[in-house]
Amino acid sequence: MTLPGFPDAMPAEGLLGGVLIGLAAALMLLGSGRIAGVSGIAARAFALSKSSLPIPVAWLFLAGLLLGAFLIHAFVAPVQSTFPNSVALLAAGGLIVGFGTRMGSGCTSGHGVCGMSRLSPRSLLATITFIASGIVTVALTNALGWAW
Amino acid sequence: MRQPVISLLSGALFGAGLAISGMMDPKRVRGFLDIFGDWDPTLAFVMGGAVLVMVAAWSLQRRLIKPVFANTFNLPGTQLIDRKLIGGGVLFGVGWGLAGLCPGPAIGALIIEPLSAAIFLGSMLLGMALHRAAKL
Repeated sequence: MTLPGFPDAMPAEGLLGGVLIGLAAALMLLGSGRIAGVSGIAARAFALSKSSLPIPVAWLFLAGLLLGAFLIHAFVAPVQSTFPNSVALLAAGGLIVGFGTRMGSGCTSGHGVCGMSRLSPRSLLATITFIASGIVTVALTNALGWAW
Repeated sequence: MRQPVISLLSGALFGAGLAISGMMDPKRVRGFLDIFGDWDPTLAFVMGGAVLVMVAAWSLQRRLIKPVFANTFNLPGTQLIDRKLIGGGVLFGVGWGLAGLCPGPAIGALIIEPLSAAIFLGSMLLGMALHRAAKL
């Protein structure tokens, strides 16, 4: 399925994948009473945050994430992707994402999926902020010729 | 023993969703942020699908006294809007726009682009450790 005007967009796959991500977060919320926020869970797995989430349980979420992605990639549909070919972009991006998600208490999953759906003003503002900042960053990198 | 199983299953659903949705493609994610260029709206469908399911989940949650497999809800209670929230969001957006990766897809990407994903994730953990050391 394609979207008129956007031949490369994948609206159906996006929606289906989004529903699965929503179900993942719903299972965590209703089953364990917690937010499925990946930056927080990753920090917890490496003992970089204080949280009541047991470290082994954080690792199980990360292992599950790899397993789920692997099963789709290997048996359903190979994941198509283009990565930045610059180590500097990957390293700088990672460093800033790590610092920023801890400072702002969440990323796309915690604020974007779990917080916005809860109508949390904090998460709504955080999400608008990181999307706006991402848009400006991409526009600037395009202007500088760093597009990839 | 039930919470470890929930965590594993939730992670697996999350990873499957990321792999199906196209969000493990940094170029596509970057394309969503490229609104002045060749815009790719796919991420909006992913976010929309996930938020729809979670709106239903939150309305169920409000009717529960406790989670199905745990004794208490451990949910963020803070309403504080401060410079840390905004500054953290600005920084996260910069890194997201530079590399086209956020934490979930970066972890999933270990199965398709292990070297690139490891560079990003190693730096991300360093960034998290620096934040912790800075005691902000």
